[in-house]
Amino acid sequence: MMIKTFVVKAENLRAAANACASRSRHGLLAMFACDERISTGSYAIYCLFDGRKPDGLVTVKGLVPAEGPLEFPSLTPVIPAAAWYEREIFDMFGIKPTDHPELRPLVLHENWPSGLHPLRKDFDPAREVPEADKPFPMLHAHGEGVFEVPVGPIHAGIIEPGHFRFSQAGETILRLDAKLFFTHRGIEKAVEGLTPDEAFPMVERICGVCSVSHALSFSQALEGLTGTSIPERAKWIRVLTAELERLYNHVGDIGNLSAGMGFQVAVSNGARLKESLLRLNEAVTGNRYLRGMVVPGGVAMDVTGKLCREIGAALERFEPDFASLVGLMRENDAFLNRVDTTGIVPFAAARDLGVVGPAARASGVDWDMRRDKPYGGYGELDFAVPVRHSGDVAARLWVRVDEVPQTVRLIRQALERLGAAGPELAAAVPPAPAWGAGAGWSESARGANLHWLMMDDDNRIWRYFVRSASYPNWPALTVAAPGNIIPDFPLINKSFELCYACLDR
Amino acid sequence: MLKILQKIMAVGTVTEAWDAGEAPERFRGRVAPAGGSCAACGACVAACPVGAIEADGDTVTVNQRACIFCGRCVERCERGLLTQTGDYKLAELGGQLLGEAVRAEIARTLGRSLHIRHLDVGSCNACDFELNQLLSPVYDLQQYGVDFVASPRHADLLMVTGVVTRNLTQALLMTYEATPSPRLVMAVGACAASGRTFGADNYAVRGGADALVPVDVYVPGCPPRPQALLYGILLALGRIEQA
Ligand code: SF4
Ligand code: SF4
Repeated sequence: MMIKTFVVKAENLRAAANACASRSRHGLLAMFACDERISTGSYAIYCLFDGRKPDGLVTVKGLVPAEGPLEFPSLTPVIPAAAWYEREIFDMFGIKPTDHPELRPLVLHENWPSGLHPLRKDFDPAREVPEADKPFPMLHAHGEGVFEVPVGPIHAGIIEPGHFRFSQAGETILRLDAKLFFTHRGIEKAVEGLTPDEAFPMVERICGVCSVSHALSFSQALEGLTGTSIPERAKWIRVLTAELERLYNHVGDIGNLSAGMGFQVAVSNGARLKESLLRLNEAVTGNRYLRGMVVPGGVAMDVTGKLCREIGAALERFEPDFASLVGLMRENDAFLNRVDTTGIVPFAAARDLGVVGPAARASGVDWDMRRDKPYGGYGELDFAVPVRHSGDVAARLWVRVDEVPQTVRLIRQALERLGAAGPELAAAVPPAPAWGAGAGWSESARGANLHWLMMDDDNRIWRYFVRSASYPNWPALTVAAPGNIIPDFPLINKSFELCYACLDR
Repeated sequence: MLKILQKIMAVGTVTEAWDAGEAPERFRGRVAPAGGSCAACGACVAACPVGAIEADGDTVTVNQRACIFCGRCVERCERGLLTQTGDYKLAELGGQLLGEAVRAEIARTLGRSLHIRHLDVGSCNACDFELNQLLSPVYDLQQYGVDFVASPRHADLLMVTGVVTRNLTQALLMTYEATPSPRLVMAVGACAASGRTFGADNYAVRGGADALVPVDVYVPGCPPRPQALLYGILLALGRIEQA
């Protein structure tokens, strides 16, 4: 992994970042701050861009001197994808993006007192934080007959918490704003000061259903930083586990979409198929959500010949079953009516917001980290990346449907390669170089999860930033919803499969 | 329509007895100290990411509520004195259900018809996924007279998942208040049962569910498999005995 870094003064950050963005294929990938007062006397604002080389990243680092003023020119007016990152930086570090078009809190809610910034190094995590009751401004639409529908954070179904504010004209959604980060668990602060080994169980628990992807991104960041190369066997077991994760997620999501319209046969069959995959996960890794397999340096357990045969047999049973489930959807006009042309994200919006994963590929953004920034063994494997162009609920559904056979292909190839690989499972990970920074990424069922890691001079985590797939994808929902009727919102929402645990951290 | 009927016929009935899905060989369940002489080296205590292990001289006890079943203690005990069993029936009664009389009363009033409201107060989503799986035809939760409802006003039991975050504290308290009495609270998974998954000193986390509301059933696991959840539910209702 290669990170090329340009260091600039804070006041030049916008110009430098904009120059990088216009040269990069995918715009801004992530943006965050780091408290580096101890080494440079400054806070640093990092902006990450795709590099020219497949394993490369370009970083623009803006230095904000500690003695102030704690501000930098907001990138949002020129790079819309920066909007949330900058609000988060203002919350967590108190560094102000000047000229930000809507600088309001994001992560810290009305209960959090002003002037306290938890990711600064002098914020003691053990301190008591008094209750506050600040206003939490939300966006509205105005006009005659316009009214608001507030929904959440607790919803009717078994789903994660978020608060939605719909501005409505009759049935039609005019505007959607949201208050999120309810499940914010302070994970980035909680791992600071821990060794990678100590931090790892929390990394695996950022999200339950992208557990492998987060474990992989973190491990790869650390392995890149320490020059660790993982054994051949670990490489294929990682691909196998990551694809098992995509498989159960996609199958569950495909079935679940039908729940938004009461198509119960598809829901039940999806849930049944997903259950069989979760049981397979449990047989392979001991955990239904595949925890405990990927570890820094390699993998923790072997996948024996017997398990390989079990996986192969499960896939044989799965394929025709899944095909007939999809058949029920494809031939059902009532179903197609609901999903076609509903909740459209146009290509330009997907590109400008930096949308990732199936949501991006459904809007014609042909990008998949497994192929375009290959990691682990993916560069050596053969698979296609399905792309659609209509950007609607249907496209997001069919992209997932089309990815399933590709995932099955990848699992079969990984099983084959395993047969020829040596027995070694993991390499020792040496201590990280002092103040070294590294990045790791992986393509989860929801899109790319990008992790950035800086280690101190004692092999402990200094700063950890997690840009989950749902982070750039959430704002796309606010593009997709307006113009649709409220009863279609659950369908639109489900078609993105946004994950709040990943997003909120 | 014909295709739908064909599919229904072809699949047939897939519902299982609640604990039929046995834990596979690799499943990581309850950590049990096996016999043998402990060196009191503290390796297991140091290995545990959630402080679930307490060692008193050469006696080791594991706090099941906090355990995330990672297996590190087992792996790192140099003498191999800890084993990870396949035991997942770990639900424990607490609160109101500790009293025999109340328990009998609850079994009588709610035993055949229980309505559940789920409440995510800061989970990683895996516990929630497992609650959803209870509704799959394989477990068919409704066959027990138990179902999830949309509003706390209709609920008898709150199933709480996740560590209680600062940002969800108000939602938890308001939902609890909105649930009519008698009400039960179940803490699902290590997060809700102990609150330790993301460190002890965390600005964003208040602790486990019982830091804010009284808890009547604890279901350990990370996440608890669906069978472990069913065990907890049936145990609370007095429909099965403690394993
Ligand atoms: S299995 Fe993991 S969490 Fe449980 S006691 Fe052992 S080390 Fe602690
Ligand atoms: S107990 Fe485990 S699975 Fe459940 S919410 Fe917590 S981390 Fe996730």
